[in-house]
Amino acid sequence: MEHYINLFIQATFIDNMALSFFLGMCTFLAVSKKVSTAFGLGVAVIVVMLLAVPVNQLIYTWVLKPGALGWAGLPNLDLSYLQLITFIGVIAALVQILEMVLDKYVPVLYQTLGIFLPLLTVNCAIFAGVIFMSNRDYDLGESVVFGTAAGAGWALAIVLLAGIRERLKFNNIPEGLQGIGITFISTGLMALGFMAFAGITL
Amino acid sequence: MSARISTRELVISPIFANNPVAMQVLGVCSALAVSNSMQTALVMTLAVTFVLVCSNFFISLIRQFIPNSVRIIAQMTVIASLVIVVDMVLQDLAPDLSKQLSVFVSLIITNCIVMGRAEAFAMKEPPLLSVMDAIGNAAGYGFILLSVAFVRELLGAGSLFGHEIIQTVANGGWYLPNEMFKLPPSAFFLIGAIIWVVNIARRKRK
Repeated sequence: MEHYINLFIQATFIDNMALSFFLGMCTFLAVSKKVSTAFGLGVAVIVVMLLAVPVNQLIYTWVLKPGALGWAGLPNLDLSYLQLITFIGVIAALVQILEMVLDKYVPVLYQTLGIFLPLLTVNCAIFAGVIFMSNRDYDLGESVVFGTAAGAGWALAIVLLAGIRERLKFNNIPEGLQGIGITFISTGLMALGFMAFAGITL
Repeated sequence: MSARISTRELVISPIFANNPVAMQVLGVCSALAVSNSMQTALVMTLAVTFVLVCSNFFISLIRQFIPNSVRIIAQMTVIASLVIVVDMVLQDLAPDLSKQLSVFVSLIITNCIVMGRAEAFAMKEPPLLSVMDAIGNAAGYGFILLSVAFVRELLGAGSLFGHEIIQTVANGGWYLPNEMFKLPPSAFFLIGAIIWVVNIARRKRK
Protein backbone atom coordinates (compact mmCIF):
# COMPACT_ATOMS: atom_id res chain seq x y z
CA MET A 1 0.00 0.00 0.00
CA GLU A 2 2.77 2.41 0.96
CA HIS A 3 4.35 1.82 -2.42
CA TYR A 4 1.19 3.00 -4.16
CA ILE A 5 0.91 6.10 -1.98
CA ASN A 6 4.53 6.97 -2.76
CA LEU A 7 3.90 6.48 -6.45
CA PHE A 8 0.85 8.71 -6.25
CA ILE A 9 2.70 11.56 -4.54
CA GLN A 10 5.66 11.17 -6.87
CA ALA A 11 3.49 11.39 -9.99
CA THR A 12 1.26 14.20 -8.74
CA PHE A 13 3.77 16.60 -7.24
CA ILE A 14 7.40 15.72 -7.88
CA ASP A 15 7.03 14.56 -11.47
CA ASN A 16 4.13 16.87 -12.23
CA MET A 17 3.23 16.29 -15.88
CA ALA A 18 2.63 19.94 -16.68
CA LEU A 19 5.18 21.75 -14.57
CA SER A 20 8.13 19.34 -14.40
CA PHE A 21 7.89 17.65 -17.78
CA PHE A 22 6.02 20.39 -19.66
CA LEU A 23 3.59 17.99 -21.21
CA GLY A 24 0.16 18.90 -22.48
CA MET A 25 1.29 22.52 -22.70
CA CYS A 26 -0.78 23.46 -25.75
CA THR A 27 -4.09 22.80 -24.05
CA PHE A 28 -2.58 23.92 -20.74
CA LEU A 29 -1.93 27.42 -22.02
CA ALA A 30 -4.93 27.65 -24.33
CA VAL A 31 -7.72 26.51 -22.01
CA SER A 32 -6.65 28.14 -18.74
CA LYS A 33 -8.53 31.41 -19.00
CA LYS A 34 -11.31 30.48 -16.58
CA VAL A 35 -11.19 28.29 -13.47
CA SER A 36 -14.46 26.52 -14.28
CA THR A 37 -13.43 25.39 -17.78
CA ALA A 38 -9.96 24.50 -16.54
CA PHE A 39 -11.55 22.32 -13.88
CA GLY A 40 -13.74 20.56 -16.45
CA LEU A 41 -10.77 19.84 -18.66
CA GLY A 42 -8.77 18.65 -15.64
CA VAL A 43 -11.48 16.12 -14.75
CA ALA A 44 -11.59 14.91 -18.36
CA VAL A 45 -7.81 14.38 -18.35
CA ILE A 46 -7.97 12.41 -15.09
CA VAL A 47 -10.72 10.15 -16.47
CA VAL A 48 -8.96 9.50 -19.78
CA MET A 49 -5.60 8.82 -18.12
CA LEU A 50 -7.21 6.54 -15.57
CA LEU A 51 -8.56 4.48 -18.48
CA ALA A 52 -5.80 4.85 -21.05
CA VAL A 53 -2.78 3.91 -18.94
CA PRO A 54 -4.10 0.57 -17.59
CA VAL A 55 -5.69 -0.43 -20.91
CA ASN A 56 -2.44 0.20 -22.76
CA GLN A 57 -0.56 -1.58 -19.98
CA LEU A 58 -2.65 -4.71 -20.62
CA ILE A 59 -2.09 -4.49 -24.37
CA TYR A 60 1.61 -3.90 -23.86
CA THR A 61 2.07 -6.88 -21.50
CA TRP A 62 -0.06 -9.35 -23.44
CA VAL A 63 0.60 -8.38 -27.05
CA LEU A 64 3.45 -5.98 -27.70
CA LYS A 65 6.24 -6.74 -25.23
CA PRO A 66 9.08 -8.93 -26.55
CA GLY A 67 7.88 -12.50 -26.08
CA ALA A 68 4.46 -11.38 -24.87
CA LEU A 69 2.63 -13.50 -27.40
CA GLY A 70 3.93 -16.65 -25.69
CA TRP A 71 0.35 -17.51 -24.69
CA ALA A 72 -0.60 -17.66 -28.36
CA GLY A 73 2.28 -19.96 -29.20
CA LEU A 74 4.54 -17.26 -30.65
CA PRO A 75 7.20 -16.74 -27.96
CA ASN A 76 9.80 -15.29 -30.34
CA LEU A 77 7.70 -12.46 -31.67
CA ASP A 78 8.71 -8.90 -30.75
CA LEU A 79 6.07 -6.37 -31.67
CA SER A 80 7.39 -3.54 -29.54
CA TYR A 81 8.12 -1.41 -32.60
CA LEU A 82 4.36 -1.06 -32.97
CA GLN A 83 4.15 0.61 -29.55
CA LEU A 84 3.64 4.21 -30.61
CA ILE A 85 1.04 3.57 -33.25
CA THR A 86 -0.91 1.18 -31.01
CA PHE A 87 -0.88 3.48 -28.01
CA ILE A 88 -2.10 6.49 -29.94
CA GLY A 89 -4.76 4.38 -31.65
CA VAL A 90 -6.00 3.07 -28.32
CA ILE A 91 -6.11 6.57 -26.85
CA ALA A 92 -8.01 7.92 -29.84
CA ALA A 93 -10.47 5.04 -29.68
CA LEU A 94 -10.93 5.41 -25.91
CA VAL A 95 -11.65 9.10 -26.23
CA GLN A 96 -14.17 8.40 -28.97
CA ILE A 97 -15.90 5.69 -26.91
CA LEU A 98 -15.92 7.83 -23.79
CA GLU A 99 -17.51 10.61 -25.80
CA MET A 100 -20.29 8.34 -27.04
CA VAL A 101 -20.93 6.76 -23.63
CA LEU A 102 -21.11 10.12 -21.91
CA ASP A 103 -23.39 11.48 -24.60
CA LYS A 104 -25.78 8.57 -24.11
CA TYR A 105 -25.79 8.13 -20.33
CA VAL A 106 -24.52 11.31 -18.66
CA PRO A 107 -25.52 14.14 -21.01
CA VAL A 108 -24.89 16.80 -18.35
CA LEU A 109 -21.24 15.86 -18.02
CA TYR A 110 -21.00 15.53 -21.79
CA GLN A 111 -22.21 19.10 -22.19
CA THR A 112 -19.59 20.39 -19.76
CA LEU A 113 -16.70 18.41 -21.21
CA GLY A 114 -18.02 18.32 -24.78
CA ILE A 115 -15.55 20.49 -26.61
CA PHE A 116 -12.50 19.27 -24.69
CA LEU A 117 -12.94 15.56 -25.21
CA PRO A 118 -11.77 15.33 -28.85
CA LEU A 119 -8.83 17.55 -27.95
CA LEU A 120 -7.61 15.01 -25.43
CA THR A 121 -6.42 12.66 -28.17
CA VAL A 122 -3.64 15.07 -28.99
CA ASN A 123 -2.87 15.98 -25.40
CA CYS A 124 0.73 14.92 -24.99
CA ALA A 125 0.33 14.48 -21.22
CA ILE A 126 -1.86 11.43 -21.81
CA PHE A 127 0.34 9.97 -24.52
CA ALA A 128 3.46 10.57 -22.45
CA GLY A 129 1.81 8.94 -19.44
CA VAL A 130 1.33 5.81 -21.51
CA ILE A 131 4.91 5.88 -22.80
CA PHE A 132 6.27 6.37 -19.28
CA MET A 133 4.24 3.35 -18.21
CA SER A 134 5.87 1.15 -20.85
CA ASN A 135 9.37 2.59 -20.24
CA ARG A 136 9.15 2.08 -16.50
CA ASP A 137 7.46 -1.33 -16.74
CA TYR A 138 4.58 -0.62 -14.37
CA ASP A 139 2.29 -3.51 -13.51
CA LEU A 140 -1.50 -3.18 -13.69
CA GLY A 141 -1.99 -1.85 -10.14
CA GLU A 142 0.82 0.63 -10.50
CA SER A 143 -0.47 1.87 -13.84
CA VAL A 144 -3.94 2.55 -12.40
CA VAL A 145 -2.36 4.61 -9.61
CA PHE A 146 0.12 6.30 -11.94
CA GLY A 147 -2.57 7.23 -14.49
CA THR A 148 -4.83 8.76 -11.86
CA ALA A 149 -2.00 10.58 -10.11
CA ALA A 150 -0.46 12.01 -13.26
CA GLY A 151 -3.89 13.18 -14.40
CA ALA A 152 -4.58 14.70 -10.99
CA GLY A 153 -1.25 16.54 -11.04
CA TRP A 154 -2.01 17.97 -14.47
CA ALA A 155 -5.52 19.01 -13.38
CA LEU A 156 -4.11 20.66 -10.26
CA ALA A 157 -1.62 22.64 -12.31
CA ILE A 158 -4.16 23.89 -14.87
CA VAL A 159 -6.65 24.95 -12.18
CA LEU A 160 -3.91 26.85 -10.35
CA LEU A 161 -2.80 28.60 -13.54
CA ALA A 162 -6.40 29.51 -14.39
CA GLY A 163 -6.73 31.03 -10.91
CA ILE A 164 -3.63 33.13 -11.49
CA ARG A 165 -4.83 34.22 -14.92
CA GLU A 166 -8.20 35.33 -13.59
CA ARG A 167 -6.35 37.62 -11.16
CA LEU A 168 -3.97 38.86 -13.86
CA LYS A 169 -6.87 40.57 -15.61
CA PHE A 170 -6.90 43.28 -12.97
CA ASN A 171 -3.21 44.02 -13.21
CA ASN A 172 -1.38 46.57 -15.26
CA ILE A 173 0.72 44.44 -17.61
CA PRO A 174 3.05 45.98 -20.25
CA GLU A 175 1.24 46.06 -23.57
CA GLY A 176 3.36 43.62 -25.54
CA LEU A 177 3.26 41.05 -22.77
CA GLN A 178 -0.50 40.93 -22.40
CA GLY A 179 -2.23 37.65 -23.14
CA ILE A 180 0.02 34.76 -23.92
CA GLY A 181 3.34 36.42 -23.03
CA ILE A 182 2.55 36.93 -19.37
CA THR A 183 1.00 33.46 -19.24
CA PHE A 184 4.32 31.94 -20.25
CA ILE A 185 6.13 33.90 -17.58
CA SER A 186 3.67 33.05 -14.82
CA THR A 187 3.84 29.37 -15.79
CA GLY A 188 7.62 29.63 -15.52
CA LEU A 189 7.29 31.04 -12.02
CA MET A 190 4.86 28.26 -11.09
CA ALA A 191 7.31 25.69 -12.42
CA LEU A 192 10.06 27.22 -10.29
CA GLY A 193 7.74 26.89 -7.30
CA PHE A 194 6.97 23.27 -8.09
CA MET A 195 10.66 22.49 -8.27
CA ALA A 196 10.63 22.77 -4.49
CA PHE A 197 8.88 19.40 -4.48
CA ALA A 198 11.93 17.83 -6.09
CA GLY A 199 13.56 18.01 -2.65
CA ILE A 200 11.14 15.45 -1.26
CA THR A 201 12.60 11.97 -0.97
CA LEU A 202 10.20 9.09 -0.66
CA MET B 1 -2.98 37.52 -55.32
CA SER B 2 -0.82 35.48 -57.68
CA ALA B 3 0.16 31.93 -56.82
CA ARG B 4 3.80 32.84 -56.44
CA ILE B 5 3.24 35.48 -53.79
CA SER B 6 0.92 33.23 -51.83
CA THR B 7 3.53 30.46 -51.83
CA ARG B 8 6.13 32.89 -50.54
CA GLU B 9 3.72 34.15 -47.94
CA LEU B 10 3.10 30.57 -46.84
CA VAL B 11 6.76 30.04 -46.06
CA ILE B 12 7.56 33.43 -44.56
CA SER B 13 4.54 34.28 -42.44
CA PRO B 14 4.82 31.36 -39.95
CA ILE B 15 8.40 32.31 -39.10
CA PHE B 16 7.63 35.62 -37.39
CA ALA B 17 4.15 37.06 -37.67
CA ASN B 18 2.29 33.79 -37.33
CA ASN B 19 4.86 31.77 -35.45
CA PRO B 20 3.31 28.45 -34.39
CA VAL B 21 5.05 28.32 -31.00
CA ALA B 22 4.98 31.93 -29.89
CA MET B 23 1.79 33.22 -31.51
CA GLN B 24 -0.47 30.19 -31.76
CA VAL B 25 0.94 28.32 -28.74
CA LEU B 26 1.31 25.04 -30.58
CA GLY B 27 4.01 22.45 -29.99
CA VAL B 28 5.23 24.11 -26.84
CA CYS B 29 5.95 20.95 -24.83
CA SER B 30 8.92 19.81 -26.86
CA ALA B 31 10.11 23.38 -27.42
CA LEU B 32 10.57 23.71 -23.69
CA ALA B 33 11.96 20.33 -22.89
CA VAL B 34 14.67 19.88 -25.51
CA SER B 35 15.92 23.45 -25.74
CA ASN B 36 18.68 23.21 -23.12
CA SER B 37 21.40 22.58 -25.70
CA MET B 38 21.88 23.51 -29.36
CA GLN B 39 22.52 19.94 -30.43
CA THR B 40 19.27 18.46 -29.12
CA ALA B 41 17.36 21.48 -30.38
CA LEU B 42 18.80 21.08 -33.88
CA VAL B 43 18.07 17.35 -34.04
CA MET B 44 14.56 17.93 -32.76
CA THR B 45 14.00 20.64 -35.38
CA LEU B 46 15.17 18.31 -38.15
CA ALA B 47 12.95 15.51 -36.88
CA VAL B 48 9.90 17.77 -36.68
CA THR B 49 10.64 19.22 -40.13
CA PHE B 50 10.80 15.76 -41.66
CA VAL B 51 7.60 14.57 -39.99
CA LEU B 52 5.73 17.78 -40.73
CA VAL B 53 6.70 17.95 -44.41
CA CYS B 54 5.97 14.28 -45.06
CA SER B 55 2.73 14.19 -43.07
CA ASN B 56 1.40 17.32 -44.77
CA PHE B 57 2.33 15.88 -48.15
CA PHE B 58 0.77 12.45 -47.63
CA ILE B 59 -2.33 13.67 -45.84
CA SER B 60 -2.90 16.21 -48.56
CA LEU B 61 -2.51 13.47 -51.18
CA ILE B 62 -5.18 11.27 -49.62
CA ARG B 63 -7.39 14.10 -48.35
CA GLN B 64 -10.24 13.26 -50.71
CA PHE B 65 -10.40 9.65 -49.53
CA ILE B 66 -10.52 10.30 -45.79
CA PRO B 67 -14.08 10.23 -44.43
CA ASN B 68 -14.69 13.18 -42.15
CA SER B 69 -15.70 11.12 -39.12
CA VAL B 70 -12.45 9.16 -38.85
CA ARG B 71 -10.10 11.86 -40.06
CA ILE B 72 -8.31 12.30 -36.73
CA ILE B 73 -7.44 8.62 -36.52
CA ALA B 74 -6.38 8.56 -40.18
CA GLN B 75 -4.08 11.56 -39.66
CA MET B 76 -2.72 10.00 -36.48
CA THR B 77 -1.84 6.81 -38.30
CA VAL B 78 0.12 8.67 -40.97
CA ILE B 79 1.93 10.80 -38.39
CA ALA B 80 2.63 7.90 -36.04
CA SER B 81 4.16 5.80 -38.83
CA LEU B 82 6.46 8.67 -39.79
CA VAL B 83 7.51 9.21 -36.18
CA ILE B 84 8.31 5.51 -35.76
CA VAL B 85 10.62 5.80 -38.78
CA VAL B 86 12.35 8.88 -37.32
CA ASP B 87 12.67 7.23 -33.92
CA MET B 88 14.25 4.10 -35.35
CA VAL B 89 16.67 5.99 -37.61
CA LEU B 90 17.74 8.12 -34.69
CA GLN B 91 18.25 5.14 -32.41
CA ASP B 92 20.47 3.57 -35.01
CA LEU B 93 22.51 6.63 -36.05
CA ALA B 94 22.83 8.46 -32.76
CA PRO B 95 21.94 6.25 -29.78
CA ASP B 96 23.26 8.76 -27.21
CA LEU B 97 21.28 11.62 -28.64
CA SER B 98 18.18 9.50 -28.88
CA LYS B 99 18.52 8.75 -25.15
CA GLN B 100 18.84 12.46 -24.36
CA LEU B 101 15.72 13.27 -26.32
CA SER B 102 14.00 10.31 -24.60
CA VAL B 103 10.25 10.43 -25.00
CA PHE B 104 10.22 13.68 -26.88
CA VAL B 105 10.84 12.10 -30.27
CA SER B 106 7.83 9.83 -29.78
CA LEU B 107 5.91 12.85 -28.59
CA ILE B 108 6.15 14.41 -32.06
CA ILE B 109 3.04 12.31 -32.71
CA THR B 110 1.05 14.52 -30.39
CA ASN B 111 2.90 17.70 -31.33
CA CYS B 112 0.07 20.09 -31.98
CA ILE B 113 1.92 21.75 -34.87
CA VAL B 114 1.87 18.53 -36.89
CA MET B 115 -1.76 17.77 -36.09
CA GLY B 116 -2.77 21.40 -36.40
CA ARG B 117 -1.23 21.84 -39.85
CA ALA B 118 -2.69 18.54 -41.05
CA GLU B 119 -6.13 19.51 -39.83
CA ALA B 120 -6.09 23.19 -40.81
CA PHE B 121 -4.12 23.10 -44.03
CA ALA B 122 -3.31 19.73 -45.58
CA MET B 123 -6.91 18.52 -45.41
CA LYS B 124 -7.96 21.40 -47.68
CA GLU B 125 -5.05 22.24 -49.97
CA PRO B 126 -3.12 20.44 -52.73
CA PRO B 127 0.13 18.61 -51.86
CA LEU B 128 2.62 21.18 -53.15
CA LEU B 129 1.15 24.07 -51.18
CA SER B 130 0.92 21.85 -48.11
CA VAL B 131 4.62 21.09 -48.34
CA MET B 132 5.38 24.82 -48.53
CA ASP B 133 3.18 25.45 -45.53
CA ALA B 134 4.94 22.66 -43.64
CA ILE B 135 8.37 24.08 -44.43
CA GLY B 136 7.30 27.51 -43.20
CA ASN B 137 5.87 26.18 -39.96
CA ALA B 138 8.82 23.91 -39.30
CA ALA B 139 11.10 26.91 -39.81
CA GLY B 140 9.06 28.92 -37.33
CA TYR B 141 9.31 26.11 -34.81
CA GLY B 142 13.04 25.74 -35.41
CA PHE B 143 13.56 29.48 -35.08
CA ILE B 144 12.07 29.57 -31.57
CA LEU B 145 13.72 26.32 -30.53
CA LEU B 146 17.19 27.33 -31.70
CA SER B 147 17.06 30.84 -30.31
CA VAL B 148 15.91 29.60 -26.91
CA ALA B 149 18.57 26.88 -26.98
CA PHE B 150 21.23 29.42 -27.98
CA VAL B 151 20.58 31.56 -24.90
CA ARG B 152 20.14 28.60 -22.59
CA GLU B 153 23.30 26.78 -23.59
CA LEU B 154 25.42 29.95 -23.78
CA LEU B 155 24.37 31.28 -20.38
CA GLY B 156 23.77 27.94 -18.69
CA ALA B 157 26.97 26.16 -19.68
CA GLY B 158 29.06 28.79 -21.49
CA SER B 159 29.16 26.69 -24.64
CA LEU B 160 27.50 26.23 -28.03
CA PHE B 161 27.09 22.79 -29.64
CA GLY B 162 29.25 21.52 -26.77
CA HIS B 163 32.21 23.79 -27.74
CA GLU B 164 33.29 26.20 -25.07
CA ILE B 165 32.57 29.82 -26.00
CA ILE B 166 32.91 31.57 -22.66
CA GLN B 167 35.50 29.99 -20.39
CA THR B 168 33.75 28.96 -17.17
CA VAL B 169 35.12 29.23 -13.64
CA ALA B 170 35.36 25.47 -13.43
CA ASN B 171 37.80 25.50 -16.37
CA GLY B 172 39.87 28.39 -15.05
CA GLY B 173 37.96 31.22 -16.77
CA TRP B 174 35.87 34.03 -15.34
CA TYR B 175 32.29 33.08 -16.21
CA LEU B 176 30.17 31.52 -13.49
CA PRO B 177 27.41 29.66 -15.37
CA ASN B 178 23.88 30.56 -14.40
CA GLU B 179 22.45 27.19 -13.42
CA MET B 180 18.90 28.42 -13.82
CA PHE B 181 19.23 28.38 -17.60
CA LYS B 182 19.79 24.65 -17.49
CA LEU B 183 16.48 24.19 -15.72
CA PRO B 184 13.25 24.05 -17.73
CA PRO B 185 11.47 27.10 -16.21
CA SER B 186 13.99 29.41 -17.89
CA ALA B 187 12.56 28.35 -21.27
CA PHE B 188 9.20 29.83 -20.22
CA PHE B 189 10.81 33.15 -19.40
CA LEU B 190 12.74 33.19 -22.67
CA ILE B 191 9.69 32.38 -24.80
CA GLY B 192 7.75 35.02 -22.88
CA ALA B 193 10.50 37.51 -23.71
CA ILE B 194 10.52 36.50 -27.39
CA ILE B 195 6.77 37.05 -27.57
CA TRP B 196 7.23 40.47 -26.02
CA VAL B 197 9.88 41.46 -28.56
CA VAL B 198 7.86 40.15 -31.52
CA ASN B 199 4.77 42.02 -30.31
CA ILE B 200 6.68 45.28 -29.96
CA ALA B 201 8.23 44.85 -33.41
CA ARG B 202 4.82 44.20 -34.96
CA ARG B 203 3.29 47.25 -33.34
CA LYS B 204 6.13 49.49 -34.56
CA ARG B 205 5.63 48.35 -38.13
CA LYS B 206 1.93 49.26 -38.08
